[in-house]
Amino acid sequence: MSEKITLPLTIPGGQPAAAEVPVGGIAQRTYWQNVWRRIVRDPYTMACAFVLLLITGAALFAPWLGLPDPTQSNSGQRLLPLVSPGHLLGTDELGRDMLSRLIHGGRLSLMMGVTPVLAALLIGGALGLSAGFLGGRTNMLIMRLTDVFYAFPSILLAVAIAGSLGAGTSNALLAITVVFIPPVTRVMESVTTQVRTMDFVEAARASGAGSFTIIRIHILGNVLGPVLVYATVLVSVSIVISAGLSFIGLGASPPAAEWGLMLNTLRESIFLAPLNAVLPGFMIFITSMCFNLISDGLRSAMDVRL
Amino acid sequence: MNIATAPKTESALPLLMVRNLRKYFAVKSDSLFGARPMVQAVDDVSFSINTGDTLGIVGESGCGKSTTARLLMHLIAPDTGEVWLAGKRLGGPAGVTLRDLRRNMQMVFQDSYASLNPRLSVQDSIAFGPRAHGVAPQQAIAKARELLVLVGLEPGQFARRYPHELSGGQRQRVNIARALALGPRLVILDEAVSALDKSVEAQVLNLLMDLKKNLQLTYLFISHDLNVVQYVSDRVLVMYLGKVVELGAVDAIYGRPRHPYTQALLASRPTMDPDIRIEKPPLVGDPPNPINPPSGCRFRTRCAYAENVCETTEPALAPCDAAAGHSVACHMLIRNSGHSRAANS
Repeated sequence: MSEKITLPLTIPGGQPAAAEVPVGGIAQRTYWQNVWRRIVRDPYTMACAFVLLLITGAALFAPWLGLPDPTQSNSGQRLLPLVSPGHLLGTDELGRDMLSRLIHGGRLSLMMGVTPVLAALLIGGALGLSAGFLGGRTNMLIMRLTDVFYAFPSILLAVAIAGSLGAGTSNALLAITVVFIPPVTRVMESVTTQVRTMDFVEAARASGAGSFTIIRIHILGNVLGPVLVYATVLVSVSIVISAGLSFIGLGASPPAAEWGLMLNTLRESIFLAPLNAVLPGFMIFITSMCFNLISDGLRSAMDVRL
Repeated sequence: MNIATAPKTESALPLLMVRNLRKYFAVKSDSLFGARPMVQAVDDVSFSINTGDTLGIVGESGCGKSTTARLLMHLIAPDTGEVWLAGKRLGGPAGVTLRDLRRNMQMVFQDSYASLNPRLSVQDSIAFGPRAHGVAPQQAIAKARELLVLVGLEPGQFARRYPHELSGGQRQRVNIARALALGPRLVILDEAVSALDKSVEAQVLNLLMDLKKNLQLTYLFISHDLNVVQYVSDRVLVMYLGKVVELGAVDAIYGRPRHPYTQALLASRPTMDPDIRIEKPPLVGDPPNPINPPSGCRFRTRCAYAENVCETTEPALAPCDAAAGHSVACHMLIRNSGHSRAANS
């Protein structure tokens, strides 16, 4: 090789690449540590997380907060205005304490918001991962099936499923889960397809690794981010849909405290006590807003081009 | 380093032998019921590489260079064709398995960034292959750090970094280390230095040459850069539209190219010498559509010497200098082919 023509481009010696862009002194952090740092430094996301923590904490510990019984009606104290003695946020149309009902209602509403998303993540995630990784006919089958569900608007689909199953919390949960599986599948499929065709997956296959190892090491780490961002948006959608189902009488049933249901029962009093009537709506708004903003924060924290 | 070396007895056999490799890709048909047209990406490619040699593959974009590499690694399954590794046929009885083949043959891709997982540190990326082959995590990481030293990157500084914290040249060094992690005997370099800037390209090329010498590697070097191929190769294979048009020693190909396409390709190299500056491009137009390649010789539509025989008969790859192992697929060099420039006997 030594007597070969030496091109002008050759630089003597196979020197180590020390001269190439020194990037000394970078702290060694993993990707998720970096994401965490960025989230912690984002004031909006942290504020939303704080509010959500407050709502969730209050809902979780509601029975131990010394609140009045949320189902205890009192016909003498109906629709008391806000800041009445003994009833900080007034009472509803049956004289039940609004603060207690809002806090207790958070339990059901948040549960309705999170559970269907988790279930859809598990099922839709597995479907989308298989479709994206296997490609070909499997992809075709799974994705065309999910397309069928796309033909219906999500609220309408939830109403149709919940309606045919009958009223009740568990049926509403099931309905919302079914509504969420197709979009989660689609997001998972598109990200997986994108990652699967990248060279590092080819290189992993070339090194003789099996499919499960490749999915575990190379695919999952790269697809979880976008899917998690999407899931946080879905939580707020889920809260709104479940409130909607309760509102039309397909979700939780009276006298249970649930934000959508409270909105429904209070709507007749909207001219008598408008502030009381909007409170449950306000809670729905705040909660879903927080989930949306956290999702935005997550997205920008994870989106830094590596 | 326990890089496997070929036993003495094998040295007479080519390390890699490829026979009649073919891959047609189906493309979307215009009409719903029409036959699916096929892109003839790689058609009847045969060659062999001796242990310790570097075979360069050159050709225009889309001529099937990269597809050939992926077919060899079986990242895409060939339609037909045989791959023999050190005299043993892939998949045959008593032959090598795909896992064996991939342990002995590794690949470096062009895009240094896309070929590294952005979520894995450099040492984890390199250790992935050995770990997939059952090496304990601690040992695999130790091996990865050894390999980093080998490719000229200080492990203390680089092992825990992520791909985005490296420059292009450093990333390609990591990719080379990753390819070496399984102790392969043959490394396929698919445009491995093409995306680097010139000075870094030279450094990486020199590194590759050093590694080849020290680890007794054999290279399959794919590039569109004719100068680089001339610099690194022992033998050169010229491809046009999925076919081998010329194959021979680097000096023969660059010194006395026989196929009109090779001649045109070499003439298209920019030169620094004003006296041999050319006015017209030696080759005009784009290669024909590989879905409907021209009949007979595929190069005839752009060839200055094309005659009737070129349209009717496909020239086989035939030795024109058997002693030097120089073969050409052109009617002008086949006796009694019917071409006016061919020798008659």
